[in-house]
Amino acid sequence: MTEFEEKLTALHSGPLRAVGIETLQLNLGYKCNMTCKHCHLDAGPSRTELMDRTTVNEALMVLSDYNIDTIDLTGGAPEFNTHLRDIIIEARRMGRRIIVRSNLTIFYEQGMEELPDFYSENAVEIIASLPHYAETGADRVRGKGTFSKSIAVLKRLNGLGYGIVPGKKLHLVYNPMGAFLPPSQAELETYYKKELQTSFGIVFNCLYTFANMPIGRFGEFLLRSNNIKPYMEKVKSAFNPDTLCNLMCSRLINVGWDGALYDCDFNQALGLPVDQDCPRHIRDYDHAALSGRRIVMGHHCFVCSAGQGST
Amino acid sequence: MGEYYKSGDLGRFAEMGRHNPELFTKFMDWYSSSLKPGLLSKREKVLIGLAVAHAIQCPYCIDAYTQECLGEGMDLGHITEAVHVASAIRGGASLIHGIQAYNAAEKISL
Repeated sequence: MTEFEEKLTALHSGPLRAVGIETLQLNLGYKCNMTCKHCHLDAGPSRTELMDRTTVNEALMVLSDYNIDTIDLTGGAPEFNTHLRDIIIEARRMGRRIIVRSNLTIFYEQGMEELPDFYSENAVEIIASLPHYAETGADRVRGKGTFSKSIAVLKRLNGLGYGIVPGKKLHLVYNPMGAFLPPSQAELETYYKKELQTSFGIVFNCLYTFANMPIGRFGEFLLRSNNIKPYMEKVKSAFNPDTLCNLMCSRLINVGWDGALYDCDFNQALGLPVDQDCPRHIRDYDHAALSGRRIVMGHHCFVCSAGQGST
Repeated sequence: MGEYYKSGDLGRFAEMGRHNPELFTKFMDWYSSSLKPGLLSKREKVLIGLAVAHAIQCPYCIDAYTQECLGEGMDLGHITEAVHVASAIRGGASLIHGIQAYNAAEKISL
């Protein structure tokens, strides 16, 4: 039994279970144009893992056959997957809500320049990483010059109506720039909105504050800087049982680039597939079994359940 | 003297309650209440804490309130401005006392 499971047992709470599947989250591959310091997947330009056409088709079949409201496309940079446009067109034809998690700077890559227009035409909801509203902090996490590129893209998205028109949602994501937990989402959102509006004339819909996972590149930083123990102590002491009923794993299934099924992208990073009583590949998808599956838990689950929650 | 302040000692703070739990409990209640959001937000309060930490040059408070400021979504830009405010007020406090020197000198001068 993991320490997190022991914590739940002490609370007389049973193991975490899914209560349905509202979101099909596809990780289209680990290739990325960036090497952000907080990345839980070690994504970067040298990664070659990308979801192939067969797996894409299997995922679209699942989306077509079942009443799953949302398709959530992530990576790496999901834009590097050549099937991305087809997925979006098909999902739109099915009337699904489409989310793309974008790093924004991807639109500077060759062949990606027109993607914002394509997103706009297909009512794609964009969740974009912007670790801070100030250049110094954001560049420190994501690389020099990335903040100004991101700002330019956000202005372009605003120009397309993103963050302004009701059907064109633009959300930003804050990640702490080190070994500490995020502040109140609502309070930080007011600062983000004020600063981005005042300094750059940028508007957006919502800010999400996500705590960093002690895995991947951020996990390596914690180990290298001797911050792993104090960070995990901080995370555990912030455990909030009220977050348990809203954890994303309870309503989502995550599909790896190779079609393997996971409870979340973090379990994917750790190589922890869904419970052994469930099918573990998208080609064998069983909606009933997966909808009530037991969630596979680990040490990292403390992060999603710390403070106000992180999903 | 490098060993005089040990970062681990902050974790031993509760030992200060060993010989007088009543006063220590009162202090902790007061401390935690004063930092709760009120008319001032938590963000504003921890920034004040950081400035005071630098004014009194408490290494434990500097560590703790730097972490608190980062945890409230502020960055080194905010921290630097707060340290300048603390330093300027400290410097100003010394400078204004020059008037006391003038007064003292005036009192005994021809």
